[in-house]
Formats: sequence, structure tokens, C-alpha cells
Amino acid sequence: MVEKKSQLISVDDRKTVGQQFVENPRMTCRDVNVYYGDKHAVHDVSIDIARNEVLAMIGPSGCGKSTFLRCLNRMNDTIDICRVTGEITLDDNDIYAKNIDIVSLRALVGMVFQKPNPFPKSIYDNVAYGPTIHGLTESKSDLDGIVENSLVKAGLWDEVKDRLDQPGTGLSGGQQQRLCIARAIAVEPELILMDEPCSALDPIATAKIEELIAELREQYTIVIVTHNMQQAARVSQRTAYFHLGDLIEVGYTDRLFTTPRHQLTEDYITGRFG
Amino acid sequence: MSQQKISTIELVNKGLAKRYRAEKRFRLIGLGAIVLSLTFLAILFATITFNGYTAFQQTWLELTIFFDPQMLDAKNLRQADYDGLVKKSLRDNFPEVSGRSQKKDLYTLVSSGAAYKLQDMVVADTGIIGTTRQVWVPASDDVDMLIKGNIDRSQPESDRQLKDIQLAWIDQLVKEGRLAKRFNLAFFTAGDSREPELAGIFGATIGSAYMLLITLLLSFPVGVATAVYLEEFAKRNRWTDLVEVNINNLAAVPSIVFGLLGLAVFLNFFGLPRSSPLVGGLVMTLMTLPTIIIASRIALQSVPPSIREAALGIGASKMQTVIHHVLPLALPGMLTGTIIGMGRALGESAPLLMIGMVAFIVDIPGSLTDSATALPVQIYLWADCPEQAFMERTSAAIMVLLAFLVLMNGTAVLLRNRFERRW
Amino acid sequence: MSSSLLLIVLLGLSAVAFHLGRRRAIALGRASGSSRSLHSRPVYYGTLTALWCGLPALFIFALWQALESNIMVRLTISTLPEQIRSLPAAGLGLVINDIKNLAAGSSFGGIPDPVIEAAADYYRHLQELGGLLKGGTLTVLSLVAMVFGLSRLTPKLRARNQVEALVKVLLIICSTMAILTTIGIVLSVLFEALRFFQKVPLTDFLFGLEWSPQTAIRTDQVGSSGAFGAVPVFAGTLMISALAMLVAVPIGLMSAIYLAEYAGKKVRAVAKPLIEILAGVPTVVYGFFAALVVAPFIRDLGAHLGISVSSESALAAGLIMGIMIIPFIMSISDDVINAVPQTLRDGSYALGATKNETVRRVLLPAALPGIVGGVLLAVSRAIGETMIVVMAAGLSAKLTANPLQAVTTVTVQIVTLLVGDQEFDSPKTLAAFALGLLLFLITLLLNVTALYIVRKYREQYE
Repeated sequence: MVEKKSQLISVDDRKTVGQQFVENPRMTCRDVNVYYGDKHAVHDVSIDIARNEVLAMIGPSGCGKSTFLRCLNRMNDTIDICRVTGEITLDDNDIYAKNIDIVSLRALVGMVFQKPNPFPKSIYDNVAYGPTIHGLTESKSDLDGIVENSLVKAGLWDEVKDRLDQPGTGLSGGQQQRLCIARAIAVEPELILMDEPCSALDPIATAKIEELIAELREQYTIVIVTHNMQQAARVSQRTAYFHLGDLIEVGYTDRLFTTPRHQLTEDYITGRFG
Repeated sequence: MSQQKISTIELVNKGLAKRYRAEKRFRLIGLGAIVLSLTFLAILFATITFNGYTAFQQTWLELTIFFDPQMLDAKNLRQADYDGLVKKSLRDNFPEVSGRSQKKDLYTLVSSGAAYKLQDMVVADTGIIGTTRQVWVPASDDVDMLIKGNIDRSQPESDRQLKDIQLAWIDQLVKEGRLAKRFNLAFFTAGDSREPELAGIFGATIGSAYMLLITLLLSFPVGVATAVYLEEFAKRNRWTDLVEVNINNLAAVPSIVFGLLGLAVFLNFFGLPRSSPLVGGLVMTLMTLPTIIIASRIALQSVPPSIREAALGIGASKMQTVIHHVLPLALPGMLTGTIIGMGRALGESAPLLMIGMVAFIVDIPGSLTDSATALPVQIYLWADCPEQAFMERTSAAIMVLLAFLVLMNGTAVLLRNRFERRW
Repeated sequence: MSSSLLLIVLLGLSAVAFHLGRRRAIALGRASGSSRSLHSRPVYYGTLTALWCGLPALFIFALWQALESNIMVRLTISTLPEQIRSLPAAGLGLVINDIKNLAAGSSFGGIPDPVIEAAADYYRHLQELGGLLKGGTLTVLSLVAMVFGLSRLTPKLRARNQVEALVKVLLIICSTMAILTTIGIVLSVLFEALRFFQKVPLTDFLFGLEWSPQTAIRTDQVGSSGAFGAVPVFAGTLMISALAMLVAVPIGLMSAIYLAEYAGKKVRAVAKPLIEILAGVPTVVYGFFAALVVAPFIRDLGAHLGISVSSESALAAGLIMGIMIIPFIMSISDDVINAVPQTLRDGSYALGATKNETVRRVLLPAALPGIVGGVLLAVSRAIGETMIVVMAAGLSAKLTANPLQAVTTVTVQIVTLLVGDQEFDSPKTLAAFALGLLLFLITLLLNVTALYIVRKYREQYE
């Protein structure tokens, strides 16, 4: 143990180590900085997101991982004082370029939030919302098909098929979160961002969502922010560790949790802080 | 990449232009709503100011008055014919005027207030009897309107308030420098009058002040006491629920219903004097209580529980805690609410119509039980008068009322900014 | 003794009582060792004595003050000869007024009727007697109470607890004011309204299609009874309120949406207080504006277009009332929209919705109950609004659906029927109270429903 420790990179060095780049990435981020007014929340983050992988982002609270996640579909645009610099591309298109439309970007990059946030509408209308606003369907039967398909994929169909016209807010927490996932996949996105999707759920509901993530991976690329290291270990292929706005280390999940290369990473995964 | 996904994004992009047009339209409608409201505000204030600012000046006329000892009986100075003095002076100034109807036309150039002015001069200093003086007296409202440009000379004579010959006299007076606009002091110091040039808002202002005094003295203590009881002492039960529903409902009961209450209870049952600021104040108290209670409760709620716990923890009784620690912290919020309530009471007129504070009252009220009117009711009364000069005065009275309201609400805002604490 | 002097005397006695009570407590403390041996601090003993001295006397003073004039008038009436006593209420009221004026020393020239003069003398006598009696009784009462209070002071007396209990009782009494006010409103309109319904059947009032309350002076004239069908009056009220809502709801709601979702911080900081100024403008100002600017403008516009518009059109009153209500709708909608959790907006934006799609399809449905509650409160306010319609709407009760014609409203009728000299048993005057009762009941229903909806809405997102 003593030997290994000496090989670790010291806490003062904040340069990213590990497998931050991949071949043929779906999304690339280069030197991304985020500012909230005067506060510099994310510093010079560069990372690739591969196709059909689950990338987990971990780190102590306030480390900038959620802020960074929200850059990937430009959710930060809704906050007035927030400013983003650097380059983020999706399939080689800069998503912050002038000609990129935020509406189509978000149709490609869906998002699931920390707290389940179903709209105060029926289950059916919740799922149908995205396809309707984007005009994806020609007929009611098309829409019915999309709703059913999405609910099936989200593993919720069997539980709700008899009460599609009841309000989405009446479901249990875990069901609500799966409804939100169904709502996100109803517009056929390519990436799904998940911001601590299980932090408000009980262990059984959490297990269901994790199962669902594993299934969705076959079709979608998923970036998940989580507080829970076990969860990152269970669902992800690669893991990125953030610390106070810096991306410290990225690595294949099994390796990162067994042999971290950075002192901070090790301190975090061994529970010295967090 | 599957074909379906390409078509998804294409579908999205196809609809984009239309959706952004809708977005722009929606945004413009929102902006339009704001602009519309603000435009109306601007029109309202501009109209009032434009109509009213001239009322702060008043046209006066210089007369050469001979205080004829034969007409002024030293023993009965109050009953002497001062009107005669004025008329004589006018005749002397325009010796060419002859005939009854022409003379009458001439006399109407001067306000009936001129005689009172002369009377005051003589009563103040009997030494002027027998001398000739240059005296400035108020001109009549028609002259005033002409000088202020509110009478159109190009209209046919029959449609005008002033005849051609009167116009000629006025022009002559102007040329002689005997007509001039002065600051309209009477507007701020006089009571109501049938003659616009003599009418002022002082009586109504005093009536409003008496009324607000009563309202403040009653509604502030009772309102604060109610709020303290409900927030600090009352247990939640049916009774406090009932009180609460009552307060919230009373805040939304039409003000005229409070007027009916005042008429039936204070006037008819208790026999309090009609038209008095006392009854007005009582009605306004009942009307503003809910506002003050609601504001005071919010102020009490914003005092953090830790303060109460700290006081209770060192052995203070509940009452001591509230009086020594909670009330001082909540006081600025309560005062803000009270001032806002007072502002509302100052602007309210409907209930006052019910309790008779709508009479024509010339005298300045001297006590709480004298007949009086209030500033907004004075506006209502003047708005009904046909003379154009009253329209000008109505607008000016509105400006004064709005100035009072701005002053009160400004104080409330200052108080809030100065003492508001975020815990 | 005049009332204000008596009041000062009573307050002064209380102050003396406070001082004596405190001194006695300090003395008691010294006598039994230290001030620690007292149950409470001396201030509380002083306060307790002052309350003993002042409260009962002040209570009786208030009661006396309230009933005095009524009793005196009744006593005076009983001395009047039969033919005056049997006058109708209005005539008797005039006589009483004469007596009061005469008693107060203000005569209006002429030689007063000897009967009236005698009554005035009697009235003045009663006033003097009452004043003396009141002054004497209350002073003695407060002195006795003070001595009694002082005699009760012992070191063991739980003075603080007793003072606090008394203060708490005072607080409770204050808090019942709201209920007393409501009871007062209900009773005052209910009694007169019931008298009205004895003369005019309830069904005639509620369903009658004709309203012409001007009863003739001579009972044998045609149509002397008047007609009291409230339908046209309520139809007019509804029309003006509906016009006001047509103006206020879209503008207020859209303003709130724009300020909450689109406007930058600076615009919000300027526009919101400016629009709220509209709420602070007294209604009489709106009335003046409606009657002198807007109504003639609409009439001239109509004449220009060849449409005949009444100079007291419902349109002018409704338009201005709508503008008055804009800030009310705006603040309520603003509160309600801001109460919708941010997560719902995020959820919608993350799916690629534009702002207006988010507002129309997520925020508004979520905020709907709150907005409906706010609109109900606004309707209640429009129905009860008085000055604008008194100054800008008409008097004739026409049953029409044309907003360009003049209509009348409940509040206008109440004001016209009650302003000026009244006879308190003619159906004309009583009709005002019947209208008042209906107005109160309708607004009560609207308010309670609205408050309930808004409260439920708030709880949903808390």
C-alpha cells in the first residue's frame, strides 16, 4: 500500500489523467469552462463520450459535475448569469455554434433530472408531450405507438397501461422517474443525460432504474451523474472523477475503482471525503 | 445510425421555423400587454396633469376701489354693501358701459369673492375707509378660463360663456396690466364653494385627516393585537380557522358593503352624527383591519423561531418573549402594512357616500363630529359640476390626492428597505 | 363633564393607580426582606392595579357613550305631544333634528314652536344630567376599583400571570373584531332586506325583469309602487364585470407571463412596480377618467363610424374597470407562475420545447387552479366596484346585451337609492339593502371559493 501511494499523482496537480479520449467519439468536449457570474464553476474540462457507452461522473457535492452535464444539452442557457466557453461537439458539430438550434439539440440530447418531474398531466400526455411539440407524428395511432413503445422501453407499460389517462403525479417516486425516462426517449434522442436520477428513490426503485439503464445502453449513449460510487461501478463503462470544478481522472470503471492514479480519486473512493 | 433517427431530426427541423414564429408572436403579445398597461398609466397621468396643472394658478383682477365712507357704516361693517364698491369701481373703469344687461355682463367679470376680500380688508384696518386703493381681487371663472386659453374665441358668440363685449373688456384689462395670473392659494386654504374660483380642498383634506387619525388610532392596535394573538398564542382549532377565513373574506368584501354597515350600525343604531369624520373613521377602521392583520401576520411569521426559543430558553414568559423580542422585530413590517392600509383608506370613497360624507360643506371641520367630506369624495363632487373650471380643479385635486398617496407609499417602501431583514 | 375630559380623567386615574401599585409592591418587597420575595417585578403589580382601575370604567364609558344619545332621544320623544309622536319616521327625524339643534344653541332664525322649545330644554337638561351622572359614576367606580386592586396586593400575588392573562383576553377580544364585523354586515343588511321582502316578494325581486325604484310622491299616481325586479340590475353588473375581465385577464396574464419568463431583471424591476401603481390609484380617479375622457372618446368614435353609442356606455366603464384590475390579475398570476417548480420548466426545456410551448402546455396547466382563484377574486372585486360605475355607468336599468348602451349596476343603484335624504321604511331605501345583501352573498361565495382554490394550490407545491 505504501508503495502504491507514492506512485499517485499529488493533490496539487489538477491536470486530467486517464482515458479521457476515445476513438470515434459521439461527443467531444474541449477546454470547457463554466462561470456563474463571477464564480468559476468548471475549469478546462476535456473529455470524449463514446458511442453506446454509459459514462458516470462522480465527485463530492458542488464539484461541478451537474453543471458540466447541463452544458451538454445547453440547459445552462436557461440560467441568465451562466456563461460557457470551450468547444463541445456532437457528431462533429459544435453545439454552441450559432447555426445550431437549441430545440433540435435538445431533441437529440435528452435529460432526466434528480427529482422526478412529471408534468401535472395524464401519463399519456406526459409521454406524448415531446413528440407532439416536435410534430413527430402524423396521426393519433402513430402517437399511441410511440407512447406505448416508450413506456415499454422504460419498463413501465405493464404497470400503467390500464390508467394512461390518470395524472402522472399520482405514480410512486420510482414510477415517476421511469415515466420521465419514457418521456425523454419518446423523442428518440441519441444521448440521454441523467442527473442523479436515483437520489430521490428507494433502493428497490433504484435497482429498477439501474436495470433500465443497462438495457437502454444498447440503443443510447448515456451520461449519468451520481453520488453513489457503487451505482457508478454497477452501471457505467467509464467513470470520470470531478473535484472542485476540475476533471481529475477518467478511466474504465473497473480500473478506476481498483487502481486510481490520482491521490484525490483515491481519497474519494476510499471514503476519506465526499 | 438508423433511418428512423435521421427522420426524427429532420421532422424536428422541418417544424422549427413555424415554432419559432409562434414563439416570436407569443413574446410580442407579452411585450404588448406590458406596453399597453404602461401606455395607459402614462395617458392617465398625462391627462390628469395636463388638465390640472393650470388650477394651481388663478387669474386676479386689479380694481381701483374708493372705500366710500357713505357706504361703509362703521357700526355695521359686516353687513355693508361691499358688492356695491366692486360694481362702482368696475363702472368707473369702463365708463362707456350703459344699460342694465351690459352692466350685468360687466359685473360677472369679477368673482363674488371680491366683496369678501374687501370686507376682510376693512375689518382688519378701518383706517382705509375714505381712501382709494388698488386692490387685486379674484376674477370670475370664465375670465380665468379665457386667460388660460380654455375658451375658444373663434366659436360663435352664442356657444361661448363670454360675449364679444366681455372679450373686449378683458382685452382692455390685459392691456392695462390689470389682469394677471397668480399662485392659487385659495385652492389649498379654502373649503368647498359653488364658485370654482373660490373652491379649495382644505376642508376635504382636514376631513380626510380626521378620518385617517381615527382609523390609525383604532386599526393599528386592534390589527396588531389580532395578528399577535393568531400567530403567537392561538391554538389551531375551529375558532381560529373561522377567524382566519373571516379576515381573508373581509379583505375582499366590496367597500360599499362596509358603507351599508356604517349606515345601519353607526348611524341608525348608535345614533352617531351623520357626515362626521368619526363615523367615516370607524367604517375605514373596519375596512383596513384585514389589510393590517394580514401584513402584521406576515411580519410576525418572518421573525425566526430561534429568537423565540432563545427568549423562552432563559425563562421569559410567552408574553415577555412576544413583547420584548418578537414585536420590535416585526414592527417595521407591521408599520409598512399599516401605511399601505391608510393609503387605501385615503383613496376610498364608496363607503363614505353611504354615511353622508358627500354633502356640500363650505366650513372647515373643527372636530371629529362636525360635518365633513373627504378628499376623494370632493373629487367625486366636483367631477359632477358642469363648469369647466371645476374640471380643472378636479384634476388638480386628484394630483394632490395622488401626491399624498405617493408620499405614503414611498414612506412604506423606504421603511421596508431600511428595516427589512433577511434571516 | 364632557366626554373627552372624562376620558382624560379616567386615564389619569389609571396612571396614578399604576404608580401607587408599584410603590406598594416595592414597599411590600422591602417589608419581607428583598425584592426577590415578590412573585413578580413591581411593574406588574403597578400594571395590574392600573388595569383594575381603568378597564371596567373604560368599558362602561364606551357602552354609555354608544347608547346615551339613543336613550336621550327616546326619553325626549316620550314627552312630545301625541300628534308629533305619531308622525312618520322621517318627519319625526326632522323634529328630533330641530330639537337637537336648538339644544345645541344654534337656531335658524324665526321663533321656534314652544313644544319644540320645551323638548329642547328637556333634552339639554337630560344632556347635563347624563354628563354629571356619567362623570360621577365612572370616577367613583374607578376609584373604588383602584382601592380594591391595591388592597389585593401581597408578595405572593401572581401579578405577572394575572396581567398576562388579562392582556391575552384583550388580544382575544381584538381578534373577534373580524367576526363581529362580519356579523354586523350580515345583520345590518339582513334586517332591512327582510323588511323589504315583506313589502316586495322575494320572487319578484329575484326574477322580475323591470327595475324602476322611483316611487311616486302621491300614492294615487300611476305606477306609484315602483318595480323591483333585480334581473336587469344584475345583468348590467355582469356585463360590465365581463367587459372588465375581457380586458384585465388577457393583459394581466400576458404581462405576468412576460415578466416571469421573458423579461430580464432590469425590465422586471422597472415594469412591475410601474404597473402596480395602477392598483394604487383611487377608484374615484378612474371614475373621473372614464366619465370625462374615455366615454366621450368612445361616443365620438362611434359617431365617426356611424354607430350610436350612449354617453354612459357599459363599454367605457368596463374598459376602465378592466384596466384597474390588470395589476391585481398580474400580481396573482405572477405569484402563481413563480410557485410552479423550476423542475417542471427544466423537464420541458430538456425535451426541446420552446418557451411559449413550455408556458402554454406546462406552466399554465400547472398554474391553472391558482389563476382561476385569482380571476374569481378579481370578478368579486369588479362586481363590488362602486366609484367607476357610479361616475361612468348609467342609471336606467335596461335589459340589453349591447355594450354600447347604458346599463346600471348593483352598486350604482345602492348609491343612488341611499345618497340624499332617506325615509327608512320606503321600499326604495330598503331595496338598497336587499341589493346589498345579494351583493354580499355573491362576493362571499366568490371569495370563499377563490381562497379555498388558491390555498389548495399553494399546498400542492409546498
